[in-house]
Amino acid sequence: MKRSKRIEALDARPVNLDGYINEWPEMGFVAMSSPYDPKPSVRVEDGKIVELDGKQREDFDFIDQFIADYAINIDRTEKSMAVSSLDIARMIVDIHVSRKEILEIISGITPAKMTEIMNHLNVVELMMGMQKSRARRTPGNQAHITNLKDDPVQIAADAAEGALRGFAEEETTMGVARYAPLSAMALLIGSQVGRPGVLTQCSAEEATELELGIRGLTTYAETLSVYGTEKVFIDGDDTPYSKAFLNSAYASRGLKVRFTSGSGSEVLMGSSEDKSMLYLECGCLFVTKGAGSQGIQNGSVSCIGVTGSVPAGIREVLAENLVAALLGLECASSNDQSFSNSDMRRTARTMLEFLPGTDFIFSGYAAEPNYDNMFAGSNFDAEDFDDYNVLQRDMQVDGGLKPVTEEQVIHVRNKAARAVQAVFRNLNLSPVSDEQVEAVTYAHGSKDTLSRDVTADLAAAEDVLKRGITGIDVVKALAETGFEDVAASVLNMLKQRVAGDYMQTAAILDKDFHVMSGVNTPNDYMGPGTGYRVDGERREEIKHNPHSINPEARSGRRRRPCRSMKN
Amino acid sequence: MQINEELVRQITNAVLSQMSQAGASSASGNASGSVPSSAEVPSMAGRDRINEEKTSYADYPRAKKGTDPKEVVIGVGAAFQKEITKTICGIPLDDVLRNVKAGIEEEGMTPRVVKILDTSDVCFMALEAAKLSGSGIGVGIQSKGTTVIHQKDLYPLSNLELFPQAPLMTLETYRQIGQNAAKYVKGEQVVPIPCTNDPMSRPKYQVKAALMHIAETEQLDPEVGAVEWEGR
Repeated sequence: MKRSKRIEALDARPVNLDGYINEWPEMGFVAMSSPYDPKPSVRVEDGKIVELDGKQREDFDFIDQFIADYAINIDRTEKSMAVSSLDIARMIVDIHVSRKEILEIISGITPAKMTEIMNHLNVVELMMGMQKSRARRTPGNQAHITNLKDDPVQIAADAAEGALRGFAEEETTMGVARYAPLSAMALLIGSQVGRPGVLTQCSAEEATELELGIRGLTTYAETLSVYGTEKVFIDGDDTPYSKAFLNSAYASRGLKVRFTSGSGSEVLMGSSEDKSMLYLECGCLFVTKGAGSQGIQNGSVSCIGVTGSVPAGIREVLAENLVAALLGLECASSNDQSFSNSDMRRTARTMLEFLPGTDFIFSGYAAEPNYDNMFAGSNFDAEDFDDYNVLQRDMQVDGGLKPVTEEQVIHVRNKAARAVQAVFRNLNLSPVSDEQVEAVTYAHGSKDTLSRDVTADLAAAEDVLKRGITGIDVVKALAETGFEDVAASVLNMLKQRVAGDYMQTAAILDKDFHVMSGVNTPNDYMGPGTGYRVDGERREEIKHNPHSINPEARSGRRRRPCRSMKN
Repeated sequence: MQINEELVRQITNAVLSQMSQAGASSASGNASGSVPSSAEVPSMAGRDRINEEKTSYADYPRAKKGTDPKEVVIGVGAAFQKEITKTICGIPLDDVLRNVKAGIEEEGMTPRVVKILDTSDVCFMALEAAKLSGSGIGVGIQSKGTTVIHQKDLYPLSNLELFPQAPLMTLETYRQIGQNAAKYVKGEQVVPIPCTNDPMSRPKYQVKAALMHIAETEQLDPEVGAVEWEGR
């Protein structure tokens, strides 16, 4: 066949490098509605749910049973189920019906009903629902802080810069899992250098992650994964009950924690039981609520290549975020995994959460170049910082970040790197040279840094665990080496666990360690003139663009960046 | 690069159209020729398996726990060298296995290969291999190429080394995996193989990974558990 030059040009576009697949319900490759999805139903006998979405109690698997016993408000379930799905869908977008009223109705519905409701909403309506239902009044953002070398010095510097740029939470993970104690420690220190009050977590194997949390080397946890089919749960040696138990283990030590789910995981693991991705994800979210978690990270997350490959996949991703919000959960709405070769497609996908605002629009944004992102790439990375700031400025939307100056960036990176150097020396861990501090200060990514002695680092990491080093040891080390301000911040983060207020839904901390959550700063959006608006100081912050034209400058210099921004 | 990506697309399309032909028992072969990229991809709806046939391992010798302290057990996936013959990026599984074994032998240790039919989760596969291994060190390899080095007394989702991005694997990496696994047996201070990362793996390969994983998972036979495996 003689090729059309037009089609050849189109075939070469980045969007055609992405993976797509036709709907295949038997294998779970279907986004919002499968012919095999159950029909909504509920029946209560003697205060117990005996029928759930067409299944009798004796046929329940452990997910059904957990949901029936813990996730549905039994007192009002029959009343809620009597309201048509279309009516509930309309209430979700109706500005005259408050978030509180909707959540009350939703508390009595089943997963199949929830799926049916979402199928009535188009993406604009889903966004409207999210704007209304998000837990916290102000949207927030979370960063990934990782690098290919697992270099703790770079982790600290990137954490400091990320915190400076406005991220309220920062998450790290490792290429080599055994680095975890050093990664957690570096992230904790760096974050507090950038902006006091930023929460940090280290995504690791669950027992390790819990131990790091208990020791105060992290200040929240996120990687408690739940799944929509019994088979996938069992394959991971887990049940909803074991997750609930792990959740309580964190709670007992005063740590903020959220669960993780996301559509496509059951498909990827070959156990979707013919159900749509949305239905299975609804199951996960009901389990999360039943387990008493305050929140969830969802929106397909690491399986976005699967959900994004089917028709309406991206609509489904927003729908699952909205389901989380409607269940009263804090929603960290993904956008955290590379998903398309097309800049257009990846940006459009993020707008669905960026425009309405979620508790965390990204869970996380790669605050390093994507080649250093050890979650295998995020949807936005450090090279997109200016694009993101301009999007906020263009649309006057609060995406949680702000423009910064080069001087500020260099300052906080250097201080964070020196703080880690001092703490490692003080605690007799692996050495950090002045040359490493210098390289990391000015680095963009790990291609610009020096190599670490991996064997010495791994021995030090093991040592941290063996010697029982805790957050308090980090505070002491910082205080003894001249970083009193950072020591005070880390200590303040540890105090949060005694107070426990930041365990409330969707809690973040401001720079003075005040909690802002869905409880004390709830979302009160009910149409124009209500809810969160970008104004005042925040508006000024977002307006700034260091690359703006200076009308006073002579013609030859008019494109020189203006650096007059105040700190 | 362009050529490789186009090739991958073509292969994916070809595999899909092959799979859709009713009665095609072996869908894992790669397309020989020139399927036009504009070819309509047929629907799979209504089918509930990728490979109609399930291989029986009932006659294979069950894998036993080894006693040789120099032994490293390699646990391969259920579809390994049968329904699936190449990794996600096209490396023949025969070569993968040969290189991991060679790496182990170069360090003076003894490889033994088993096929894991209990699970297709790479961490649990590797842990099962480690528990069968006389030394307590095992390697798990999924048919798509994802690999883990594990030790018998670690948590399942923990590991000694994990290579999560199968599209980036090379035969050299597989050889180093064998060498490092052997070094853990010897109790040496092991420098982990440097991590690699391609942030664009997911959009390119995740659907293919899902299909390959389904093809592997549908060959599981927990009744049989694990069998001794020397390739075919």
